[in-house]
Amino acid sequence: MATDASRRPNSLFRNLNAKIASIPMIFTALVVFVGGTIWTVVYSFTNSRLLPRLNFVGLDQYERLWTTPRWIASIQNLLIYGTLSLIFSLLIGFLLAALLDQKIRFENTFRTIILYPFALSFIVTGLVWQWLLNPDFGVQHFVRSLGWETFTFNPLYDQSIVIYGILIAGLWQGTGLVMCLMLAGLRGIDEDIWKAARVDGIPMWKTYLFIVIPMMRPVFVTTLVIIASGIVRIYDLVVAQTSGGPGFASEVPAKYVYDYMFSAQNLGQGFAASTMMLLTVMIVVVPWAYLEFGGRNKRG
Amino acid sequence: MADVRAAAVGQADPVVAGLVEPSGPRPRRALSRRNIVIYGTLLLFSVYYLMPLYVMIVTSLKGMPEIRFGNVFAPPVEITFEPWVKAWSTACTGLNCDGLSRGFWNSVRITVPSVIISILIASVNGYALANWRFKGANIFFTILIVGAFIPYQVMIYPIVIILREMGVYGTLTGLVIVHTIFGMPINTLLFRNYFASVPEELFKAARVDGAGFWAIYFRIMLPMSLPIFVVSMIIQVTGIWNDFLFGVVYTRPETYPMTVQLNNIVNSVQGVKEYNVNMAATLLTGLVPLVIYFISGKLFVRGIAAGAVKG
Repeated sequence: MATDASRRPNSLFRNLNAKIASIPMIFTALVVFVGGTIWTVVYSFTNSRLLPRLNFVGLDQYERLWTTPRWIASIQNLLIYGTLSLIFSLLIGFLLAALLDQKIRFENTFRTIILYPFALSFIVTGLVWQWLLNPDFGVQHFVRSLGWETFTFNPLYDQSIVIYGILIAGLWQGTGLVMCLMLAGLRGIDEDIWKAARVDGIPMWKTYLFIVIPMMRPVFVTTLVIIASGIVRIYDLVVAQTSGGPGFASEVPAKYVYDYMFSAQNLGQGFAASTMMLLTVMIVVVPWAYLEFGGRNKRG
Repeated sequence: MADVRAAAVGQADPVVAGLVEPSGPRPRRALSRRNIVIYGTLLLFSVYYLMPLYVMIVTSLKGMPEIRFGNVFAPPVEITFEPWVKAWSTACTGLNCDGLSRGFWNSVRITVPSVIISILIASVNGYALANWRFKGANIFFTILIVGAFIPYQVMIYPIVIILREMGVYGTLTGLVIVHTIFGMPINTLLFRNYFASVPEELFKAARVDGAGFWAIYFRIMLPMSLPIFVVSMIIQVTGIWNDFLFGVVYTRPETYPMTVQLNNIVNSVQGVKEYNVNMAATLLTGLVPLVIYFISGKLFVRGIAAGAVKG
């Protein structure tokens, strides 16, 4: 090891091994994440089609994007799916976590059952629910065979409700994760708080609503950010379950991007659409990152 | 005596009893209303979560006539493993009819090197960040973590160009690089936090004894951190095995991973739909992460809690 005196002149070589070892990280951070993002944003202002070309056309791609019915449908679907998915996964996830937190028996068994879908891919999830929601063989057929002949539950072939069919599958796959995070949050609450509330005679639901949930604010915020950034990415589930159909009733932005980049060979449109996706995520993540990391200084 | 004492106690603190009673712990019977509500709700949800798995299994064990005339929830009358054999070895995607086995082996060839390389790189990154912090290291780390939230769609095409320039676009090597890149934020975070919790005296003692960067990593940190390697491995194996987007973008049809091939088999428009074969294929694809999930148990949960940032 060099002495202090010889270290100062060439600070580049200080800690050299650590720097060499971090090259992959630096490459990923600077070239792929920052560089790639800037590259895509820049090229979204060009009229690239089959190959990327620096032929700037201003906001043309965005204008076309927001006048394309398929994109509008994607955004609407994302809004519906996103809002409902957030509400229900938080509600169900918290409810399940609260139930599991009652010092019950078989806690591990229940947790294993609730969480296992999260281990499965969206492709598997989509295909199972495609089969379950199949009108001729699945749930609808089953209920009809029980004697309720007019029962209709056919989300995958009905344009107006197809997004709810995807929501059911998405919730099946994702609520386990929320439950897990919420349970960790609940376990982090001091037992004394419960005791104090009990001594004061506060009913349980009130304790949850006015004491425990406000205390779990950071857990809720983190969970919210995780679910939200996952929702914006939703792609494989739709591809597997409906391929965006019927028509384009279940299109989502990520699928729009993929199709324009790799099938329609209209790169500029794909870049513009993906930039809009980036914007959506930033609306969620930036305020969170600011609150989480900006307010306090470094955490370590 | 006992009765007297009980009566005395009951009389002695009516105030306290009055205060505590509404919410205080009562002696619980197995079938109290509270328990019925708790277990009832949990059982109901369990049915919802288990139903798809159950339906997958029974469907994959039925013959097509039974599927056509029965209902999805009925257990198979005549158990047949033919759909499984067919899904594995002869199911068709387009012109190829060699079943899911090819996708399975592709996925193995993708997952094994991706997991090893990405974990090695991430652990060294985390180690450098925790113990050998150099100027600017934290800036790169912050970019890395924030980058984990950028939608993949934004970076997909620039990566195509990078891989093409490197001459590995469309090959397994290219896909391994992509998985290494996108697994880096979460795993680096995981390792950084773990190594940061290792007592610093240990590290300093090794420094005093003259051990350098790599010696400390291989001789001290690595042997100490097996649990976190297992957690990281669980995250990576399930994540990479379940990946669809990168597989479809960065490989060619002959090297498609299992998920992509599965989707092509099930959603192919040609031919008669064989639902039993489809479900067998779906189960086969889900089997690897499921086995990992059931074996790893608590560690999987830990991986999720730690890896929640991945989103």
